[in-house]
Amino acid sequence: MANHDHTLDSHDAHAHGEGMGVKRIWQVFGILLFITAIEFLVALGFVHHWHIVAKGPALYAFYVVLTLIKAYYIVAFFMHLKFEKKSFIISCSIVFIFIIYFIVLMLIEGGYLLNHLQEHSVYPNK
Amino acid sequence: MDSLSKLDEVKTTPWSGGREPWSIEYGKIMMWFFLVSDAFTFSSFLIYYGAQKFAQPTWIDADKIFQSIPGIADHGQPLVFVGIMTFILIMSSVTMVLAVEAGHRNSKKEVVKWMIWTILGGIAFVGCQALEWTHLHHVGFWFGQNPATGLTDPAAISAALQPYFTHDISYTAALQFSNLFFTITGFHGFHVTVGIILNIIILCMVLNNTFEKRGTYLMIEKVGLYWHFVDLVWVFVFTFFYLI
Repeated sequence: MANHDHTLDSHDAHAHGEGMGVKRIWQVFGILLFITAIEFLVALGFVHHWHIVAKGPALYAFYVVLTLIKAYYIVAFFMHLKFEKKSFIISCSIVFIFIIYFIVLMLIEGGYLLNHLQEHSVYPNK
Repeated sequence: MDSLSKLDEVKTTPWSGGREPWSIEYGKIMMWFFLVSDAFTFSSFLIYYGAQKFAQPTWIDADKIFQSIPGIADHGQPLVFVGIMTFILIMSSVTMVLAVEAGHRNSKKEVVKWMIWTILGGIAFVGCQALEWTHLHHVGFWFGQNPATGLTDPAAISAALQPYFTHDISYTAALQFSNLFFTITGFHGFHVTVGIILNIIILCMVLNNTFEKRGTYLMIEKVGLYWHFVDLVWVFVFTFFYLI
C-alpha cells in the first residue's frame, strides 16, 4: 500500500512538472482546429467549389498526413503519452507495425480482387 | 554481508524488481493496453473499408452523399454537418483534458464544471450522429440496403444511385459503403455512448466526494484516456469516410 501511494505521489509530481498546463491545452486545441480548418478549406473550397484540386492519390496522401499529425497531437498531449516513460511509449506504439503491415496486405489484396474477381455490374454515369 | 549489499545493488535499476518501471498506476496501464487493443479493432474495420474501396471499380462520392444539415438544408451543403460534429468532439476532448488538469490541482468545482461540459459535448455528438443516420436511412441507406435495393431494371438501379456517384455506378459499391458506414460509425457511436455513461458515473463519484476521500483524481485521467481515444478514432473515421 505504501508503495502504491508513493507511485501516485510521484506521478502527481511528474504531471505537475512537465504535464499539460491550461495554456498548453489551448495551444494543442488551436493546432487541432487549425489542421481541421485546412482540411475543410481544401475539401470544400479547393476541391468541391473552386475545382482547383482534383481528387486523387496525392490529395488523399495529404489528408492522411494531416490526420496522422492530428493523431500525434491527441495521443502525445491530450493522452499525455509524450510525458510517460520512454519504455512505455515504445510498448504502446511498436505494435502498430502490424497495422502498417495489415494495411499494405489488405490494399494489395483489394487491388488484386479488382482485377480478378470483378463480377458485379457497373453502370455508366451520364 | 557482501552478498546482501549485492542484492541491494540489483534493485537500483528500474527493471530489476522492487519498483514500478513505468511509474504509472496499474489501472492506467490497463486502460492504455485496452485502448491499444481497441485501436486494433478500429484499424481492422477501416482497413477493410480501404480494401473494399480498392476492390470496387467505383465508389460513392462523400461530397454527394453527405450533403444534408438536418433541420436546415436537405442537400447542397457537403461536409458542413460533419464539420460541426468534428468541432463538437474536439471541443469535448479539450474540456475533458481541462477536467484532468483541474483534477491534478484537486479542484473539485472545476472538475465538475468541465466534466459536465464534456458530457454535454458527447451527448451533442451522438445526437448529431442520430440525425445523420436518420437522414441516410430516410433516403434508403441502411445495413444491407441502399436506395436501389429491390429494383431489378438496370436503368432504375442506375437512376436510384446516380445522385451519390460521380463516376460509374455500382450497386455493390453502394451496398458495401452503406454496410461499412453504419457498422463503423455505429461502433464509434457505441464507444461515445459508453464514454458518456462512464463520464456520468465519474461525475457522480466526484459529486459524492469519492476522489476527495481517496486523495487523488486519477480516475478522471483514466476515463479521460478513453474519451480522447474516441476522439482519435473519429479523426480517422472523418478522414476516410468524409474526406477521401
